[in-house]
Amino acid sequence: MNTKHIFQTYAAPFIGILLFLAIWQIGAPKIVTSLGAVPGPVQVFDQFEGLVAEHQAARQKEADFYQRQEERNTEALKEDPKADVTIRPYTGKATFFDQIWTSIFTVMTGFVLAGLIAIPLGIVAGLSQTVYSAINPLIQLFKPVSPLAWLPIVTIIVSAVYVSDDPMFAKSFVTSALTVLLCCLWPTIINTTVGVANISKDLQNVSKVLRLSWWTHVRKIVLPSAIPMIFTGLRLSLGIAWMVLIAAEMLAQNPGLGKFVWDEFQNGSSNSLGRIIVAVIVIGLIGFALDRGMLLLQRHFSWDKSAALR
Amino acid sequence: MTTTTNQADHLLISQVSIDFPTPQGPYRALDKVNLRINKGEFVSIIGHSGCGKSTVLNIVAGLYKATEGGVILDGREVDEPGPERAVVFQNHSLLPWLTAYENVELAVKQVFKGKKSKAEMKAWIEHNLHLVHMDHAMHKRPDEISGGMKQRVGIARALAMEPQVLLLDEPFGALDALTRAHLQDSMMEIQADLGNTVIMITHDVDEAVLLSDRIVMMTNGPAASVGDILEVNLPRPRNRVEMAELPEYIRCRHAVLKFLYERHGRKEEAIPSTKKEEGELEKGNIVALKSVLTKAA
Ligand SMILES: Nc1ncnc2c1ncn2[C@@H]1O[C@H](COP(=O)(O)OP(=O)(O)OP(=O)(O)O)[C@@H](O)[C@H]1O
Ligand SMILES: [Mg+2]
Repeated sequence: MNTKHIFQTYAAPFIGILLFLAIWQIGAPKIVTSLGAVPGPVQVFDQFEGLVAEHQAARQKEADFYQRQEERNTEALKEDPKADVTIRPYTGKATFFDQIWTSIFTVMTGFVLAGLIAIPLGIVAGLSQTVYSAINPLIQLFKPVSPLAWLPIVTIIVSAVYVSDDPMFAKSFVTSALTVLLCCLWPTIINTTVGVANISKDLQNVSKVLRLSWWTHVRKIVLPSAIPMIFTGLRLSLGIAWMVLIAAEMLAQNPGLGKFVWDEFQNGSSNSLGRIIVAVIVIGLIGFALDRGMLLLQRHFSWDKSAALR
Repeated sequence: MTTTTNQADHLLISQVSIDFPTPQGPYRALDKVNLRINKGEFVSIIGHSGCGKSTVLNIVAGLYKATEGGVILDGREVDEPGPERAVVFQNHSLLPWLTAYENVELAVKQVFKGKKSKAEMKAWIEHNLHLVHMDHAMHKRPDEISGGMKQRVGIARALAMEPQVLLLDEPFGALDALTRAHLQDSMMEIQADLGNTVIMITHDVDEAVLLSDRIVMMTNGPAASVGDILEVNLPRPRNRVEMAELPEYIRCRHAVLKFLYERHGRKEEAIPSTKKEEGELEKGNIVALKSVLTKAA
């Protein structure tokens, strides 16, 4: 019984991964593409190390670049204390790891903004049949729209509206984040609405007998009852957000992991396939980590710590 | 509307009828229910399942709106729910994410905001939990306490609102006989202390006779109404063991049973279930007796 449990929780996943790697290693070289044979796990790992080395080299270059400027400036100041010294920012090519951070930052921005809109809207729609009837057709209409359809609209609108001499964020970032927002709004709205609308009749009666104010009612009764459904919605949204972002970055050539994949695809060197596979694995791992993060948050906010969350 | 606080006019249920919309058209659940309740009176409502007892209570609570007629409390018409008519719901209805203390606190904060200081509120919450003997498990959440304890917290929450009328919907219905006897005794003590007006729905004939000043017997639905009202002239404080032998107790019990099973019994169950019910009641009495003995020991 107990050994079986240990086998199921630890050994089985390990064996599964090992089998997958073995099949990959054996099968991959048999498929020969225009860029050479498909790389196996060992070659992919080499590519990963290559990417790490590239990143470190770029960081070194950046540090050197700033140091040279510092030196030049101090010399200039020595000769003429009134010299006009500036430090120009480093503008090297973004490395794989830079792209990872860009993507994570973008997805979190879009997702958090979506949550800030979706949760209050869902609560109001769950409490008021009128509001629900008003927004339900719009939700049903926009929910199935593909991110690839939103992207051109968002791009054009952002170009037209977001004009500033000294923009705080790059246009590409705004476009990606807004596309993510538009696509991941819906599951959170729908699930929050359902969660709020299904609050037990008895608890609603308690609230009425106590004459709780609207705000206290929401805080003490609505939110705690709806938390599980809100989180179900948020986790669905975050999953969608991550998928949408990679697609949007590829299509729009906006900085991020999607662009990295696209660039490698266009590049077509013998290393490209391996690097793309590295990116795919990293995308999967980040998606997984994001979902686990949401689960931890849910555990933190959930009043029922004994509930099995998966 | 007169605002004379004549004792007899404390709570007036006047010509109350209600129609529920159904796919087959309106369903008249209650038809012209009339009831006059004095201040400090303990009234039970008894009747067959589905006759409309909860509906009456919900109308008094303000949770349902009567189609015709209305409810007047101390000269003012009831048109919405409020803490002066506290309800103890059939299934306790505690907020599962709050502890017993916090559940009562929510009610106390709502009712005494600006009237009691923080320390006074704390003392008041603890006092009410003490009344129902819940001091030891005050900081536990509903899923960590037994059904009887949850029901007691529900009662404490209602009492803490200092309601003019306490509405109890089968408050002890889901409990075992022992726990029920304990809570009935506590309820009698508390009511003797505080003198609240109480309306209690029950299925249990002995409970009704033991606790009530008057028992309202409802006819079967649809279009249920008050069938008969029975005065229980038993001295207080009442001890369940002594009561059981008094002729008045036996008379009342008999009258209620007669109403329920002969005049308003469902035809198919009228005869056999009368006997069965009597047997069960006998059993119930023995259990209650035992409970008192164990309590005394
Ligand atoms: N919201 C509602 N909509 C439609 N019909 C209702 C509604 N509430 C109650 N009824 C109907 O009114 C009748 C009385 O219901 P009520 O809940 O008051 O019965 P009850 O006497 O409390 O029964 P029980 O003893 O089983 O709790 C029932 O026939 C029920 O189906
Ligand atoms: Mg009922």
